[in-house]
Amino acid sequence: MNDLSAQDGAAGAPSTLAEVRAGAYYDSVVLMLLQRALAGLPGILDAGVVMGTPANKELLAQSALLTEDLQAAAPEDLILVVKAASKSAGRAALARVDELLTARRSQQTGAYRPKSLASATRMIPEAAWVLISVPGRYAAAVARDALNLGKNVFLYSDNVSLEDEISLKETAAAKGLLVMGPDCGTARIDGVGLGFANRVRRGKVGIVAASGTGLQAIMVGIHRLGGGVSQAFGTGGRDLSHGVQALSAQDALRRLRDDPQTDVIVIVSKPPAKSVAQELMSQAASCNKPVVMDFIGYCSGQNEGDAAANIHFAGTLDEAAELAVSLTKSADPVCGTEQRPFSSQAWAEPQALPSPPPQSYLRALYSGGTLAYEALYLLQDALPSVSSNGPLPGGRLLENPHRSQGHTVVDLGGDAFTVGRLHPMLDNELRVRRLLQEAQDPETGLILLDVLLGDGAHADPASELAPAIEQGTAAAARDGRTLPVVAVVIGTGGDPQGLDGQIERLKAAGAYVFTRHDDAVRAAASAFSGRGYGRSCRPSQLGPGPPEASEDVHVSSSLAAINVGLESFSDSLRDQGAEVVHVDWRPPAGGDERLAGLLARLRQ
Amino acid sequence: MAGDIDSANTTAVERMTEARPVLTGLGKALELIPGMHENLLLHAGPPIAWEQASGPLRGALIGALIFEGRAGGVEAAERLIVNGEVQLAPCHHHSAVGPMAGVISPSMAVYAVENTTRGNRAYSNLNEGYGKVLRYGAYSEEVQARLRWMHDVMAPVLGAAIEACSGVDVRALLAEALHMGDEGHNRNKAGSVLFTRQLAPHIARTAPDPATAGAIIEALGDNALSVLNPVMAACKAMADAAHGVEKSTIVTTMARNGTEFGIRVSGLGGRWFTAPCPQPVGLYFPGFSAEDGNPDIGDSTITETAGLGAFAMAAAPAIVTFVSGTPQDALNATMEMYEITAAEHGAFTIPQLDFRGTPVGIDLRAVVETGITPRVNTGIAHREAGVGQIGAGLVRPPLQLFTEALEAFADNYGF
Repeated sequence: MNDLSAQDGAAGAPSTLAEVRAGAYYDSVVLMLLQRALAGLPGILDAGVVMGTPANKELLAQSALLTEDLQAAAPEDLILVVKAASKSAGRAALARVDELLTARRSQQTGAYRPKSLASATRMIPEAAWVLISVPGRYAAAVARDALNLGKNVFLYSDNVSLEDEISLKETAAAKGLLVMGPDCGTARIDGVGLGFANRVRRGKVGIVAASGTGLQAIMVGIHRLGGGVSQAFGTGGRDLSHGVQALSAQDALRRLRDDPQTDVIVIVSKPPAKSVAQELMSQAASCNKPVVMDFIGYCSGQNEGDAAANIHFAGTLDEAAELAVSLTKSADPVCGTEQRPFSSQAWAEPQALPSPPPQSYLRALYSGGTLAYEALYLLQDALPSVSSNGPLPGGRLLENPHRSQGHTVVDLGGDAFTVGRLHPMLDNELRVRRLLQEAQDPETGLILLDVLLGDGAHADPASELAPAIEQGTAAAARDGRTLPVVAVVIGTGGDPQGLDGQIERLKAAGAYVFTRHDDAVRAAASAFSGRGYGRSCRPSQLGPGPPEASEDVHVSSSLAAINVGLESFSDSLRDQGAEVVHVDWRPPAGGDERLAGLLARLRQ
Repeated sequence: MAGDIDSANTTAVERMTEARPVLTGLGKALELIPGMHENLLLHAGPPIAWEQASGPLRGALIGALIFEGRAGGVEAAERLIVNGEVQLAPCHHHSAVGPMAGVISPSMAVYAVENTTRGNRAYSNLNEGYGKVLRYGAYSEEVQARLRWMHDVMAPVLGAAIEACSGVDVRALLAEALHMGDEGHNRNKAGSVLFTRQLAPHIARTAPDPATAGAIIEALGDNALSVLNPVMAACKAMADAAHGVEKSTIVTTMARNGTEFGIRVSGLGGRWFTAPCPQPVGLYFPGFSAEDGNPDIGDSTITETAGLGAFAMAAAPAIVTFVSGTPQDALNATMEMYEITAAEHGAFTIPQLDFRGTPVGIDLRAVVETGITPRVNTGIAHREAGVGQIGAGLVRPPLQLFTEALEAFADNYGF
């Protein structure tokens, strides 16, 4: 079923060659590595290796890689496309695809890699958690297997149906198990980060988060302020909706209530359904521990009067971290946060940003969905109108997520961008392309980026983003424009990427680097509104803090887990000292849905 | 309803693993094998006509007719078969199995194995050793002379010895051999020595003279495959015990005739699912290459069907070199087979895996679900009759067999 097609020209001229492989399945990391390997071959100008989803085809079209033949590719087809200096170079590159794929496989020698959850369980019976990051349409079945084997589930996969989510969470509740997700990016269990998680100290703050990057920002904030995290449970973004009724959040809250290591609880989510929020608040009110709520703009101020005395509302993620740390210390009368400023490095955030030219706009390119959402909230009063692919209620929806319009905040980790493709926290390619596209747009006045560090994330994002920033600002400069780029780096000194090195690299590329998200967004807003930078000098970011001792950031853990899907999750668990068995997963019946359906009937 | 499948499979696999195959004696195929008659030749694998038969199988059929005195040469033999005067049938249709071409003719001596748990019996022919042998399709006078000696001199003594020692417990022998580096299919060195050791005193006592006794003991002891045929008959007795369980998806037959690979399933009666045989991947003896190889052939896959052979590869790291692997690969091979099997064998254990039981009872559903097909350790035959073995390696039945069988199963039981 191979289909080789070529466009534009003869053997010597640049041409785009494509191949479609029907029904081929590969881990998205494998596809990313293959795409890189192809792009690095002689005579190759650009390469795309993606599953043929509509979103991916749109992305290929943006990069002028979508040939006519590729239009017909189906979501389960693997698309291989190269733009080459000559047709022969393109052919030579495509001819190496199999070799590049098998080279990777042959490196995997050594210990047996189980093919199923059942055999993994036999290899590591003590594992209490299963991490699942397989493509969404298979994820529910794997999660069901895990629950049947008596395991808690960290469900990273997105594109799981609401019905499946509800039934999984009901099954879990009946078994006394927890399902974090779907679309749960981050958690921290017994001192070990699952998925995308930063290396933070163990401590007294327990977190329930319906948002991965929101959770990361809060954990990092807590750590920066000298606090620590006991457990951090993710729930998935839909958990606090009417449909799901916060099944996971309630279970997680109960666990934190009963956890003697937890003194203060933080709940973070995009604005939940009203009845769900009320139910959660009444549960929080009865848990006899201080609870910090950040519903991202929804509850702050207006409901505080009605809330129980132990409930505190935070306006931003960083404020939630501040509140939580000060509440853990409130038992200690000598010091609150503001009295004991703490910073992990001698590092001050930028004082002010240059003003962008008139008739130019903010272009915020996020990898973190909740960060993008918080940015919209913080920008709503400062900028006249902001478009987004995930707007606030009543906000402006981008007509085309691939094209910015006026002030734009785009979440490149949104579902439309990640079907059959890696999340932008793992793969910078999409953001680099978008950054360069925005830089060439004369309407772009300022670019804002988030850079998330930690386990699970890209090993060195600055190494790819910094050159793009340099290239983008240089391109703007050639047109006589100044293009400030703001980067907010969410990470700790313990993260594998190294916080200081990432910041230095981005600064060297000319970026204005922040470590607090709210500060970064407000600074960007002020640059446009010309009002100066409101909170330019935060006490919490100045002055020497207690030395960052070799605290228990790397404390050894007894966590044992099984990972199904992205191999980088296994690697990071292992790096953190957890016991992990990786399942060499393949879609049931090779992805043949008819046979898979038959098997399901024969298995039930 | 699928719960029925699980319990049917439990029944089938228990029958397989609780079977206790004992080699009880040796006799003439015509007298022992059910349904055997003067004009019947049995062969390995699923049913096949002369026209489709590969070189080694044709050679073995010709050789058997010469041995029987039915034909003087190639053309006469071929005529008998093409005319239908002599019929062909799979060994598997007659409670029998044979390695490689697997040809059994009416007057050949066969081992009789009885499953003392359920009483069913299975049969296999005598192993001729290496070199120019009938099972690889050789039929020259040298081969005929060897066959005559085996049947006229060796078989009566061997039969008497087996009876004298009140039978050979093949399951116990295999369990011990696995702890000595055998996997029961490609490596039967330890098992053959154990077999020879057990029979030798009785051969010495029952042989007409010391020279004959010496020659027979030497033939058994020199041949690292001498126990293969009793082992195969034992595996057949185990697999047959598991066959015919209503609603079971356990595979009870895997066999190749040199043209097609065939499987049968416990809950689907006598129905074969067949597809063209793949070529084994492996190591060729000096002077030979993959181009010389015949598509895979033989009933010896009955060992894998019963949880031995490639399924017990972890026990036999010495032979991983056939697929240029490492001892870790041997462990991984067995580990992989646990993914598609319903149980772990109670009697066959693997020291290298902390005495875990071998993976046993191939579940059709697991094969289709995982896309992992059973591994088979195999010898490679030359594509021309009579050249013999030219290598050894690994083969897997085509996935399509299992997919088709699963669909037929679903049809049959209304899923």
